Amino acid sequence: MWLSVLLQINEEGNTIKPINVVDISQAVAKLCIDANYFLDQDVLSALQKAYEEEISLTGKEIIKQIIDNADVAKKEEVPMCQDTGFAVVFVELGQDVHIEGGSLEEAINEGVRRGYTDGYLRKSIVGHPLERVNTGDNTPAVVYYKLVPGDKLKIIVAPKGGGSENMSAIKMLKPAEGVEGVKQFVLDTVLAAGPNPCPPIIVGVGIGGTFEKAALLAKESLLRAVDTPNTSPEIADLERELLISINKLGVGPQGLGGRITALAVHVDVFPAHIASLPVAVNINCHASRHKEIIL
Amino acid sequence: MLENISMTPIRLTTPVTDDIIKQLRIGQKVLINGVLYTGRDAAHAKLVALIGNGQELPIALKGQIIYYAGPSPAKPGRIIGSVGPTTSGRMDLYAPKLIALGLKGMVGKGKRSPEVIEAIKQYNSVYFAAVGGAAALISKTIKRCEVVAYPELGPEAIYRLAVEDFSVIVVNDTQGGDLYEEGIKMYAATS
Repeated sequence: MWLSVLLQINEEGNTIKPINVVDISQAVAKLCIDANYFLDQDVLSALQKAYEEEISLTGKEIIKQIIDNADVAKKEEVPMCQDTGFAVVFVELGQDVHIEGGSLEEAINEGVRRGYTDGYLRKSIVGHPLERVNTGDNTPAVVYYKLVPGDKLKIIVAPKGGGSENMSAIKMLKPAEGVEGVKQFVLDTVLAAGPNPCPPIIVGVGIGGTFEKAALLAKESLLRAVDTPNTSPEIADLERELLISINKLGVGPQGLGGRITALAVHVDVFPAHIASLPVAVNINCHASRHKEIIL
Repeated sequence: MLENISMTPIRLTTPVTDDIIKQLRIGQKVLINGVLYTGRDAAHAKLVALIGNGQELPIALKGQIIYYAGPSPAKPGRIIGSVGPTTSGRMDLYAPKLIALGLKGMVGKGKRSPEVIEAIKQYNSVYFAAVGGAAALISKTIKRCEVVAYPELGPEAIYRLAVEDFSVIVVNDTQGGDLYEEGIKMYAATS
């Protein structure tokens, strides 16, 4: 009994909070379903604004179809898109949390398995990139962990479709290329992507860090609500400038021509090596799916 | 030329003839009625392998339209799950062979290769775009659904869909027009 009491207290006297894997699986399953059925309000508002601003009649009608689609998906509780994505999961694990009852990663995969089965979501994962046999339950998830202070467990599920992921790109620029080089690479990537990632898109940009850090920054920036600029005024300016430039390209809704190619540009930065200027562009489709829970 | 395109849609019923296909122009809105066959990379690879071996195909392509799509599973009591277009470029290697056999149309999203665009011109076919990500809305235009080939491929099987007013836009026509090229030219800001 003494031992069990001791186990509940860490060295700083904080209480250790137990969280059971059963609750984690259940939460992940629900997040997978909700992310695929229900468009977030911030994205819906951005689409409504885009509808007003688009000058192409075809483009306007496409945006209307996208808004109507979200409405049908919500009311009938079906996926907005048939590509219900790779389950990308971001975990923020409080240092004072103790996971009980099994492996955290297995609990997440069990949640994905259940969510994709019970929610009638498409199973889009092959078990080997070259042999290409479907795993049948959309596992495994791609999971990223962050250890943070506190006794909470935050889980974000961001189902990522193939169409937009395939048009993402990364480049190791020379530091001399500077911000102009970054802007050019972002524009080149969006233009080359054209209709494929289902515009109007949300563009995630990661600048700095290492090769993989830049890619992760870009992906994480897509988790931000679309009406939320970067907290740094300089980066927020860069986001605004990039959005204006992207929406001058003419790609438009579904790439059929128009003003609204992107709903938002999100940029995140990280310190870089003296020799490096990595820049990654991760493109999200107009659904920008992600849902989170704090346990 | 795009400015003059009417937003009033043209109704088209499958199987379609060359005469009808030849009248279509980029930017036109079309409502497809009749049958669409789904097919993605895996099904295309199988069809083209059969063609290579001189064997009969499980579906008669003449006059038909293929929809590049793989539906999500149908909920109980529903005809089909959500089913929007997938990226067409992945089928570019296979498409010219099917077009040569009489395939009259393809529905998907995204740019086609020069080889596909050439085959569209040569054999009188057409490429339509449906709205990517409008999969729940699109599923409401599907009135019947059955697997006709390769059930082992799951969502990648070939489904025969009976559709009513399935909404698409002409992207590549028999005249060599390409809406992805023309649309961007028209709306790119010069400043």
